[in-house]
Amino acid sequence: MNRRNLIVGVAATAIGLAGLTGTAKAAEPVKVGELFSYARIAAFADPYRSGWQLAIEEINDAGGVLNGRPIEVISRDDGGTTADAVRVAEELVSREDVAFLFGTFFSNIGLAVADFAKQREVLFIAAEPLSDALTMAQGNAYTFRMRPNTYMQTGMLVDEAAKLGKTRWAIVAPNYEYGQAAAANFKKLAEEKMPGAEIIIEQYPALGKIDAGATVQAILQANPDGIFNALFAGDLAKFVREGQTRGLFEDRTVLSLLTGEPEYLDPMKDEAPEGWIVTGYPWYDIDNPIHDRFVAAYQEKYGDSPRLASLLGYTIGYAIKAMLDKAGSTDTDQMIAALEGLNMSTPIGPMTMRAIDNQSSLGAFVGTIAVKDGKGVMVDWRYADGADYMHPEAEVKAARGDQ
Amino acid sequence: MDLSFVVVQFLTGLASASNLFLIACGLTIIFGVTRIVNFAHGSFYMLGAYMAYTLVGPLMSALGGVVGFWGAVLLAACAVGLVGVAMEVLLLRRIYRAHELFQLLATFGVVLVMQDLVVVIWGPEELLGPRAPGISGSIEIMGQRFPEYEAVMILAGPAVLGLLWLLFHRTRWGTLVRAATQDREMVGALGVNQGLLFTGVLFLGAFLAGLAGALQLPREPANPFMDFNIIAEAFVVTVIGGMGNVLGAFLAAFIIAELQAFGILIFPKITLVLIFLVMAVVLVIRPWGLLGKPEAPSGHGFATDRPLRPLSGKGQLAIALLLAGLLALPLVVDDYGLNLAIEVLVFALFAFSLNFIMGNGGMVSFGHAAYFGLGAYGAALTVKHLGAPMELAILAAPVAAAAGGLLFGWFVVRLSGVYLAMLTLAFAQIVWSIAFQWWEVTGGDNGLIGIWPSSWASGRLVYYYLTLIICGAAIAVLWRAVFAPFGYTLRAGRDSPLRTDAIGIDLRRHQWLGFAFAGTAAGIAGGVFVFSKGNVDPGVLSIPTSVDGLVMVLLGGIQTLTGPLLGGAVFPLLEAYVMPLTDYWRAILGGVIIALVLAFPTGIVGFFDNRAHVASEAREP
Repeated sequence: MNRRNLIVGVAATAIGLAGLTGTAKAAEPVKVGELFSYARIAAFADPYRSGWQLAIEEINDAGGVLNGRPIEVISRDDGGTTADAVRVAEELVSREDVAFLFGTFFSNIGLAVADFAKQREVLFIAAEPLSDALTMAQGNAYTFRMRPNTYMQTGMLVDEAAKLGKTRWAIVAPNYEYGQAAAANFKKLAEEKMPGAEIIIEQYPALGKIDAGATVQAILQANPDGIFNALFAGDLAKFVREGQTRGLFEDRTVLSLLTGEPEYLDPMKDEAPEGWIVTGYPWYDIDNPIHDRFVAAYQEKYGDSPRLASLLGYTIGYAIKAMLDKAGSTDTDQMIAALEGLNMSTPIGPMTMRAIDNQSSLGAFVGTIAVKDGKGVMVDWRYADGADYMHPEAEVKAARGDQ
Repeated sequence: MDLSFVVVQFLTGLASASNLFLIACGLTIIFGVTRIVNFAHGSFYMLGAYMAYTLVGPLMSALGGVVGFWGAVLLAACAVGLVGVAMEVLLLRRIYRAHELFQLLATFGVVLVMQDLVVVIWGPEELLGPRAPGISGSIEIMGQRFPEYEAVMILAGPAVLGLLWLLFHRTRWGTLVRAATQDREMVGALGVNQGLLFTGVLFLGAFLAGLAGALQLPREPANPFMDFNIIAEAFVVTVIGGMGNVLGAFLAAFIIAELQAFGILIFPKITLVLIFLVMAVVLVIRPWGLLGKPEAPSGHGFATDRPLRPLSGKGQLAIALLLAGLLALPLVVDDYGLNLAIEVLVFALFAFSLNFIMGNGGMVSFGHAAYFGLGAYGAALTVKHLGAPMELAILAAPVAAAAGGLLFGWFVVRLSGVYLAMLTLAFAQIVWSIAFQWWEVTGGDNGLIGIWPSSWASGRLVYYYLTLIICGAAIAVLWRAVFAPFGYTLRAGRDSPLRTDAIGIDLRRHQWLGFAFAGTAAGIAGGVFVFSKGNVDPGVLSIPTSVDGLVMVLLGGIQTLTGPLLGGAVFPLLEAYVMPLTDYWRAILGGVIIALVLAFPTGIVGFFDNRAHVASEAREP
């Protein structure tokens, strides 16, 4: 305790001196800590890193933040486990002395780092985790989330399904938090928005281990007229192939979370499941100047097309700038105050950070999958503004208690 | 449920069974002959899929669809076979004289390297291969569509089984392999070149794994998770069938696949845990698997020429100095350094407790994470559901772990060798799946958060000293137990179960209590761990945690007492310092493990211990 007080004292003195010397110290970078499962989930991590690196580079080239200070991101692998992630967060905070943290992919890791942030009273901006819990029951004042959560994305799909009048639904989702939450949200929203709809079969294969033939056959046997899917990556590709061969998707509506994201759609090439209603990111088709500039800069720098993770990383980079501009300092309380209710524009539209649950209103694109030129694309899409799909305020208050 | 559905679901199960068998048969052959528990088998499988992806395009356009496709599959399998040969010649051959588990450690290093290697070579994105030309459609069976490729796969399993039978019963090489499976030393004594035989077996095993991976390509995109997703299943099928028994593997694959195909209709979440439940039941009823034969009771590999001795005066001085150093540590390191030190102490205790049953008791555990995790969850649940403060909750850790150790240990000690190890794994996985699934209580895979120390201990400095006291005391008690009659009895049972029995010792009871005792100590480590991290999730119960424990013990030196402590200290530090260096930290970690295995085939402490011993003997007149 004493030792820490001493360090704080020395640091305060140093800052005080820096204030006296003025401009000489103005260029000192704002150190920011970042952690992500880079090794474990490289397919996501690489475009995400490219995204925030591009944003930070642009911001620094344009004069940085807080009167000309550049942003310096100290980036770390979170090891892919909660225990490692907490250790890495500790290193960033106590050894690198970063102003705040951002990143993480997996929900369990996001939650663990969020709890660490609360314990150490550090700001944490979660990037990818989708778990509702992060901003609801297990949310805290120090944790903010950029991505539309599972509830919001499910709500967008249910809105589409409600127009179609299907009543007999199957659910297939991976057996872990994300899949379970998606299924629970679907059941809840279906009851609210699709009167008469019933769930006639549910399948929850273990993540990465779907027995696709048996699962497809079991759903066929139940003969639903709609399928809600939350599988992704390798499980999804297996499910799609088995389902196509066995005729599962013929004359059935399929709602599928995340499948329209280039991360998942691109690997399926010309076998992308046509007609599925999905959430995703049709970067090739979006027409607005900010987005055009982002795509052009991204392609020039990396020679690759952006993924959803790239957009997310890029958006977080600019959210950091907007926050620091508004806060005017790297004091945690002031940064939190700045983030709450922060308004900013992103390449896909305006975004607000809702103060009651620290959830951003970033939306997602909802559309139908088609195959064009040998690859899957989203057509007939619309941008669903996240603000329209967030948890109702009463539910947030009930879940978060008096926070 | 109409009949046509039952038939088609049964056929679907058969196709999965073929797939499982293809993966497992190579593993069982390698184990049967070489006794190597080949962790890299899943990596071979993954490599097969990637190689096939690379080859299938050019070959299909050069040779036409059908020939090109199957040519690519065979070529990919052969290429993987050669990788297996390379692993044998460059790595395993150099450590055949070391303890069997060292080969496991070496193959684990290979797993880590391969994980990153495929990402470097093929990129991180999934690679979807083409469907098999000519059989990409479906056939109609009783009004239901059934994929042609699956129909062909149903035949592939029995076909491979038949070919292997011919190979083993109709060729001289196969006869030698079977002979080596039964009695390796005798085959060597008869003048057969074992080195060559092993190389051939590694080729065959890796070839089969590569074949299974290549055949998976029309079903699943090649992706960097294939190895971990399959390796546990491969081991389970092998063990249920009886290790070394190819027909047994076939039978086991059939049972598991059919249970899975129909099980998901009743329990849609069953895939998570089914195979481990089946394995636990089979091993409890049949301790050597369905068709396996009892292993000769042996204490080979654990005993050294020099029994463990209590610390000499010099040793006591060293321990005193170490303790003084640990007490003074906060003077020289910052908060993060203390954080690392806490982790080191926790894992030193974890590794030491594992070695209490492994090195000391001769029972290899692949599931020691269960007791570490039970401790962590025991404490966390007491905080979350009873609102208990840290002081009380941390006491729940050893209690929960002891209960688990007593329950599971009762079954475990009735087995021996690899089967014992796999039963510990099965129990660990069952506990893991409970923690993973039981949302209301355990928080599922998100785990529980907000498990922080009471305010007086929340500073790193205080918590460090608390950890030092608790873990230090637990290690001291375990150390004392090693040199108590109880510890000597366990070692006697390890080296000669028959003689131990003959002098009237109830060995099984001693082993049972020893197992529970070690589990309790691991639980203490888990309890301290959870309050240092603030959260717990099923990861602490998972296979990687158990494997980490093995790595620590083996790296340090299984035949020593200080070795596991050193291993427990080195491994977390290695991870903490390598991880920030590069995205490919896993490959570096794997490379370091391989290098250490080659340089210190008895563990780091074991190596220097032997050197010191040789030197002191040389000095004596």
